[in-house]
Amino acid sequence: MGEIKDKSLLENKEFLQELMVRMMTVNKFEEQAFWLFGQGLVHGTMHLSIGEEATGVGTTAALTKEDYMLATHRGHGQALGKGVDLNSMMAEILARATGTNHGKGGSMHICDFDNGILGANGIVGANGPIACGAALTIKMKNIPNRVCAAFFGDGASNEGAILESMNLAAAWDLPVMFILTNNTYGMSTPLDRVVKNKDLKQRAAAFGFKAYECDGNDVLAVYETVKEAREYVVAGNGPVLVVEHTYRTSGHSKSDGNLYRTKEEIKYWADRNPIIRFRQFLTENNIFTDEEIDAMQASADKAIADAIEYAKAQPQPVVADLEADVYAE
Amino acid sequence: MSEMRQITYRDAVREAMVEEMRRDENVYFMGEDIGAYCGAFGVSKNMLEEFGPERIRETPISETAFMGAGVGSAITGMRPIVELMFSDFMAVCYDQIINQAAKMHFMFAGKVNVPMVIRTPSGGGTGAAAQHSQSLEQMYLHVPGLKVVVPSTPYDAKGLLKASIRDNNTVVFLEQKRLYKEKGMIPDEDYTIPLGVADVKREGTDVSIITYGRMVQMSLQVAEKFAEEGINAEVLDLRSLSPLDKDAIIATAKKTHRVVIVHEAVQFGGFGGEIAATITDSEAFYYLDAPIKRVGALYCPVPFNPVLEAETFPTPAKIEAAVRDVL
Repeated sequence: MGEIKDKSLLENKEFLQELMVRMMTVNKFEEQAFWLFGQGLVHGTMHLSIGEEATGVGTTAALTKEDYMLATHRGHGQALGKGVDLNSMMAEILARATGTNHGKGGSMHICDFDNGILGANGIVGANGPIACGAALTIKMKNIPNRVCAAFFGDGASNEGAILESMNLAAAWDLPVMFILTNNTYGMSTPLDRVVKNKDLKQRAAAFGFKAYECDGNDVLAVYETVKEAREYVVAGNGPVLVVEHTYRTSGHSKSDGNLYRTKEEIKYWADRNPIIRFRQFLTENNIFTDEEIDAMQASADKAIADAIEYAKAQPQPVVADLEADVYAE
Repeated sequence: MSEMRQITYRDAVREAMVEEMRRDENVYFMGEDIGAYCGAFGVSKNMLEEFGPERIRETPISETAFMGAGVGSAITGMRPIVELMFSDFMAVCYDQIINQAAKMHFMFAGKVNVPMVIRTPSGGGTGAAAQHSQSLEQMYLHVPGLKVVVPSTPYDAKGLLKASIRDNNTVVFLEQKRLYKEKGMIPDEDYTIPLGVADVKREGTDVSIITYGRMVQMSLQVAEKFAEEGINAEVLDLRSLSPLDKDAIIATAKKTHRVVIVHEAVQFGGFGGEIAATITDSEAFYYLDAPIKRVGALYCPVPFNPVLEAETFPTPAKIEAAVRDVL
């Protein structure tokens, strides 16, 4: 783990425990979602974020409840960190009427407007422009202490929508946090095959705004970086780009045969995933014992098991309601 | 009976925007060159002076970014009017319109509204050639979640735009470029026209011409010519394509037994097919005395040459021929 700037964090055991439990919850959610697939209980596909837990948890820990956030199709961790109800998200995965989207959205569109989650998006890159809009509302209504964070990946960073929205946010000094989770693969395509300049943070400078960069598998580094970047934005300095370097050990989606990378590469990253690294950090710094951390894992496991039981008992949507909500009143 | 005054279609559009922006501080207007330049078609004259650069917000040439910004601001409490300089440019930012704006209310279980109006000059006849002359209402109509409005008069333009701005859905407001300078009468008092209500522009008994947009005027001209022959044509202006006034369509077909549908958009795959099917799949089918005829643009990109351009679109002669076909 990297050098921590705010040493008082080391004394905040409650906060550190929360970060760990959240990462474990995300990890277990993803693992169990995959298992539910195997059971034939989940319709469609899912984009799991195993290995990327620190990006979702670390970033959202530095945002307020009221901050707006746009999640990606790989966004269960982002949503969980921002405060979505675990049971409701599980129910949505199982397409139930009481899921976050009443069974009409699914994994790629999880939303929770009470917690500022303006929806997850199935179109990579679309978050950029929409974030500019939410940030425009913040600016036009003079809302203090508020930002809009937009998650997107290294793959999405080459979409015109992202480039346009970076320019627009900079030109209009919009309080957007462009959160680029670089897991080095756009689905199956490695980063170095699709860009000339792999130093993605330089894109911000090209448009005239500030970039930050961190080890995306170090949850405290992510938290501190985003916290500092958020303060910069809230002070009225315009947008920021935060590049979080990470690695996805789960496949792109259910159908991923991992033909584009080696088992060795996957194992290398699995062995140093954010949870393992944070455990090492906590035990080496005598903040928590292994037993205490095992207890955290047990609580995360239980929360997920309970969520699955809850979700399985939820009702299916009513077919008669199918066409409801095409239009607003 | 309130005072009536004459106004152009262009000024009627502006008045609607100005009045709604005065009425509701959440309404703002965003687009390219809408400030000092007054908009590509002069619609936003003087608006910058009254409302300032925050609410008359000029954008970079970044349709995807500013259309998406419209969406993002609409879901967080604002009511944006976004001008797309030419309706053909919807292709540039189509994702934000059809995958984002149209779907959010549904995908998010009704928990958010996207109250945005996309105003955009539509149609040809200005010599602007293939990429600046299209009528692409089908590209919006075929995607559930959008509303589509096409006004043909200043009165309809103002009333429908005010209603569109107050609507909690994304409304695509297809202005007719060739009608901006056309004059009509409007009342002084505040008024709106509900979406989904068609308007009989000319009552008749012998044939129904169902139409919208620029073709309403052309159809009325043809109707006047037929009147000299003692043939009384009814002209139904749909005004709102989605929501659609199916009752008015069925009623006029039942009344005259003969239907000609006229639209400027390409005939193949055009909205005329939907109107025709609406009639045949209703009780009106049994009242028809002739097949339903459609007059739409030819299946080719809009050419530059003025003679070729005019022939691409419906003409009075083509509408007349279609009417004679059904009589």
